[in-house]
Amino acid sequence: MTPRITDIWVYLSATPLLGLTLTLLAYQAALWMHVRCNRHPAANPVLLAVAMLVALLSLTGTPYATYFDGAQFVHFLLGPATVALAIPLYAQWTRLRRMLLPIAIGLLIGSLTAAFSAVLAGHLAGGSTASLLSLAPKSVTTPIAMGIAERLGGLPSLTAVLVILTGILGAIVARPLFTRIGFTDPAATGFAIGIASHGIGTARAFQENEQSGAFAALAMGLNGFATAMLLPWLLPYLMRALG
Amino acid sequence: MLESITLLLVFQLAGEVITLMTGLPVPGPVIGMGLLFATLALRGHVSNDLRQTAQNLLQHLSLLFVPAGVGVMLHVQRLKDEWWPLLAAVVVSTLLTLVVTAWVLHALQPATEKPTDAAP
Repeated sequence: MTPRITDIWVYLSATPLLGLTLTLLAYQAALWMHVRCNRHPAANPVLLAVAMLVALLSLTGTPYATYFDGAQFVHFLLGPATVALAIPLYAQWTRLRRMLLPIAIGLLIGSLTAAFSAVLAGHLAGGSTASLLSLAPKSVTTPIAMGIAERLGGLPSLTAVLVILTGILGAIVARPLFTRIGFTDPAATGFAIGIASHGIGTARAFQENEQSGAFAALAMGLNGFATAMLLPWLLPYLMRALG
Repeated sequence: MLESITLLLVFQLAGEVITLMTGLPVPGPVIGMGLLFATLALRGHVSNDLRQTAQNLLQHLSLLFVPAGVGVMLHVQRLKDEWWPLLAAVVVSTLLTLVVTAWVLHALQPATEKPTDAAP
């Protein structure tokens, strides 16, 4: 007797192979669509791949944990990829050295704007305390943001989702926004993209321009440090002021 | 290729060890990035192999965020209940941060790039 397709699915979904293969397939399909849409920022590959995978897992009733057993091998590569960002960063070293002061000030202001404006806007729109605390580190790259959320008393896995949403939004709006207000310097705009929308924004910035991507990578790394250092210390004051 | 991947993992591992030993609230890979950057700056050059490996890895950086993104599945209820404050916060904060940060760099950059301007 030949097994039914559902039996095969149940068997395969118990091995890491399925989650891993589906992730790669969904991403390549998403890239294909992205190219077909003339690389329009709204056809973001992360967004498309996530949408496809969520739809598939929901339809088949596969739990996220089962999927992640396989997908974790892709997730793991975030670590070495983060380390590898040092290389494009080093390529910008000469330009960077001349910009240390603007970078330090931009980092401080950008980092605090990202966290405080999110908490304030969320509060004004009626968000719960748990959501506000999960929102605060949303501009920082996923692994750092989850660690900060935990320390603040937020929900790390909700933070991971908000981080991804922020990244996708930043990747979509940054270029049209900067074109509209007339900011063209790849270093300054790349840096802003890295502060506001971490790795996903950085990935987008690299697609456009090597220098923009390098400054985005720098901003992402620095913002990880700055937010991790400042937020657990400063956020309680804001939360107390909001009551 | 193999050498460069090993190098990246060694720096990541060193970063993790430093994080664990010092209790810094920064994840290991970010410390690893800092260490590798410092090493490259001191040595003054990057090998072709390392450059190529980094390029291959970073070319598909977006892919690496997909597994975490699928985690949205776990929060459907909260997103339904609180979609408005969460959306408002993400949109307002992202736009504001982009504009403010780019503006600060834009405003400060020409002044500091003038050779006559002494840095404070």
